[in-house]
Amino acid sequence: MSRPRRRWDQASYYRGVPTAPYDLVKEVAIATVVILVVVLGLAALLSSPDVPSLTIKGWSQKEPIDFLATATGELQGTTLSSSYGPPYHAGTGSVQTLGPFAPQLWAGVHLPLTSAQADVLGPLAVASVGDRALGQALAQFAAVSPEQKSVWEAHYARDLTRARDIRGQVTVPVDGSGPMGLMMGSLLTVARSGGLDALLMTSRRFYQTDYTRALLFLGDGGYLKQVATDFHLVGNQWGVLNETGRYPGQAWLWLFQLWYQLPPYNTASNVDLLVVLTMGLLSTLLLLVPFIPGLRDIPRWIPIYRLIWREHYQFSQLAEAPVDRPE
Amino acid sequence: MTTSAESGPTPDREPANHSQPNPSRSWTLRLRNYVLRELPPEHLLPESEPAYLGSWVYVFGVVTIAALILVIGSGVVLAFFGPQWWQVSPQGHFVNSVHFWSVQMFFIFMVLHLWGQFFAASWRDGRAATWMIGVVVFLVSVVTAFTGYLSQQNFDSQWIALNAKDAVNSTGAGAFFDVLNFGQMYGLHILLFPLLLTMLVVLHIVWVRRRGVVKPIELRHPS
Repeated sequence: MSRPRRRWDQASYYRGVPTAPYDLVKEVAIATVVILVVVLGLAALLSSPDVPSLTIKGWSQKEPIDFLATATGELQGTTLSSSYGPPYHAGTGSVQTLGPFAPQLWAGVHLPLTSAQADVLGPLAVASVGDRALGQALAQFAAVSPEQKSVWEAHYARDLTRARDIRGQVTVPVDGSGPMGLMMGSLLTVARSGGLDALLMTSRRFYQTDYTRALLFLGDGGYLKQVATDFHLVGNQWGVLNETGRYPGQAWLWLFQLWYQLPPYNTASNVDLLVVLTMGLLSTLLLLVPFIPGLRDIPRWIPIYRLIWREHYQFSQLAEAPVDRPE
Repeated sequence: MTTSAESGPTPDREPANHSQPNPSRSWTLRLRNYVLRELPPEHLLPESEPAYLGSWVYVFGVVTIAALILVIGSGVVLAFFGPQWWQVSPQGHFVNSVHFWSVQMFFIFMVLHLWGQFFAASWRDGRAATWMIGVVVFLVSVVTAFTGYLSQQNFDSQWIALNAKDAVNSTGAGAFFDVLNFGQMYGLHILLFPLLLTMLVVLHIVWVRRRGVVKPIELRHPS
């Protein structure tokens, strides 16, 4: 059967171009073996990073006052997650917009979360089964007005500034905070036993792979950030490019990270949205380089192509040079 | 033997000719013709190429594919044994290390390939689609690697997830792409994104083979 004719064919495109034998499959096979040897060597010599994940249990044992202050903040609505906004709830604390452009608000609440209930009151309700004192404290807390709750929470937050942690023994001098002392003391006990890690993962289903609640709570505290700072992972340390230990991170995100270091981005309240939009614009430009005059001409202005095809140009010049022909 | 022509058959008694399908009606034949027309076997697997392909810059693309083969191979082993295996088994940790360094190699050589092709202006002579598919491959690779970092189940995953959520949420994408949801990120990382990435890489390679590698800039043919 005769092969159908092409509208564009390589034969006419390459007419007059010198060719050389080429074995594509062999080249890929050799490259794979070489890279395999390199990668096996790196894996054997350098291993890979794996710092264990933090737990609520570890947090409450190592930094109990930070833990209590965070939990109190969840009740007060002063933590990052409790005031965040979409997609967790209708708050506005972390809503980023650019003029009328507000995709975070437009997307709305899809992962509903009430931090006070999810992180403190819900777990305490479970823990109060068989604990009459805690049950009474929770009932007392639930029965009062929101204003009274705010007063108790504020007093307890003030009390925490005078708290002492002596070899893991936490003492909070409570004064005018109602049942808060008993409630938060119980929460700390549950957390230190590891129970809160489990309670933050409970749901109406048996299987669970969603860590949103637990991670948001952990992220609200100061402990996680302190550990990240020790590993040089925070933003002003170019954290995204680093890994725990002496390993490379996501170095390909260097440009994404760069904007966070530069004004006006680094002082903007909507920095994340600005950076994402900037990177979206730059990615679109990269995609459309072939069609953008100026951008598509850069390779001609910066003649790296002369290095790329150096041998080819040398060959071309030799071929064009006058040759003394024998008579 | 009496032929049908000799016996003068009526049209409804004429046997169907199965060996000669009508090219304009057969979808299969049209697809085969299209594939053969656009990508004849000698272009897909050539035994010779223009001599200027001897440049070192063309090695980067091949090495990127080699690294991707190792990324997928080590990833298949990790996926088979489950997300916790590499943290509780020395063998699993080694396979994870192979996966980790393969990813690093993949990105190093992909970026070198990208810049090499940029400075070669490889989109010339009708190759814009090849360039664009390559850029999409890079962007999908970044997202695929990102979901991999979120699937490690270690401190790095926790920190990256908590920081990344603000950027994702600010665009509204957090409503359906929850970086704190391990199950969602793991599923995307081991199935959908690798599948998409592999398809795009295959498409990129097919497009390169289809048109051939672009000629050098300001090429002057030896006459």
